[in-house]
Amino acid sequence: MSFLKKSPWVIHYDGSSCNGCDIEVLACLTPIYDVERFGIINTGNPKHADIFLITGGINSQNESVVKQIYEQMPFPKVVVAIGICACDGGIFKDCYNILGGVDKVIPVDIYVAGCAARPQAIIDGVVKSLALLEEKAKKKDYLNKSKEDNHND
Amino acid sequence: MMEILFGLMYLLLAPIAGGLLAGIDRKISARMQGRKGPPLLQPFYDLFKLFSKQTEIVNELQIFFAVGFLVFIIFTGVLFFIGGDLLLIFFALTLAGIFLVLCACSANSPYSSMGSQRELMQMMAYEPMVLIVAIGFFKATGSFAVKDIIASHFPAIMYLPGIFLGFMFISTIKLRKSPFDLSTSHHGHQEMVKGITTELSGKMLGIVELSHWYENILIVAIVGLFIVTSAWWSWIIAIAVCAVFYFIEILIDNSEARVKWQMMLKYAWIVTLALGITNLLILKYIK
Repeated sequence: MSFLKKSPWVIHYDGSSCNGCDIEVLACLTPIYDVERFGIINTGNPKHADIFLITGGINSQNESVVKQIYEQMPFPKVVVAIGICACDGGIFKDCYNILGGVDKVIPVDIYVAGCAARPQAIIDGVVKSLALLEEKAKKKDYLNKSKEDNHND
Repeated sequence: MMEILFGLMYLLLAPIAGGLLAGIDRKISARMQGRKGPPLLQPFYDLFKLFSKQTEIVNELQIFFAVGFLVFIIFTGVLFFIGGDLLLIFFALTLAGIFLVLCACSANSPYSSMGSQRELMQMMAYEPMVLIVAIGFFKATGSFAVKDIIASHFPAIMYLPGIFLGFMFISTIKLRKSPFDLSTSHHGHQEMVKGITTELSGKMLGIVELSHWYENILIVAIVGLFIVTSAWWSWIIAIAVCAVFYFIEILIDNSEARVKWQMMLKYAWIVTLALGITNLLILKYIK
């Protein structure tokens, strides 16, 4: 039995957005939705996190930040793109400084639609990512992968 | 023989009791905030998960210091439960704390360094009171040994009410509860991220978490030491007092905002002086 499913710790980053999805993610932590029921904790620290919740699109300034957060997270990890901006850029898509959705810089596992995404949808996305987390843990290929990464450096 | 049994019981049961205590803590905290809260066994799920995650080592030294922290906390606790010398217990506890500070320092990250500096400041704030607790027990019962203290006919709290309150005050610092959760806190998304544990991940974080459980049980046991006498029913009262003590700590944790280190140092030393030293002086004249 894996305990990954029972204790998903998240880190939340808001990219280029109107902050709508950002507020909805934080709403999940309030007494009304209380995601701590499922053991979910907002860690604010990539080294403690299992799930990377990202709202808003990617621009040329936050590209390196998003990459760095992703790289600092220990395996197994899952990325959840929340809201239409994180999925493909949304209404900001045609701006000169926007690169597009999160999948332009890091691999995204779960897409949560909506503008802004509702807390129910966000919780649903996180719950879906739990199964994926377990699947990734079973493969154990991350152990070899991290060695390859070090080698490439 | 009995003493060794107690030591073994601490070694094996303290993680279970510490985890349950953390679970109860989170459940009650959630209820105080109007939330349902995580399951009671959530801290165990978290710990087992941490041991199954990849561990990113920033510095090889980190492993030595983190394991040193665990080993010395267990050493301190076992020493306490086999009825050892209070002075040695408190010095070993300080050494364990230093290991944690060095562990955070070795990572060379700004948040981690900030956490370690704040942890040193916390140690400076609570250490005088801890020493006074040991001296107070000696004055009240005539011995530093825990096994002699629990064999006395009167509870130590009769002679040490001020020192008891003072120890409760610094326990808030030691248990890393708000308003004195300066070096690390349960809520990571703040000005210092996770402070002292920022650079720890996977198994290393698990080891530090486990050590905290051992430490918390030890602190609760020291509170119990004020109550326990040679009479068997004093143990029941001691457990009740420990439960009330921990509930008050949770209540303070949820109702107070974090203070600056200057304020912590000032309050801790004022309490040490007003309750600890005064209690010792009075004890000198009545005994």
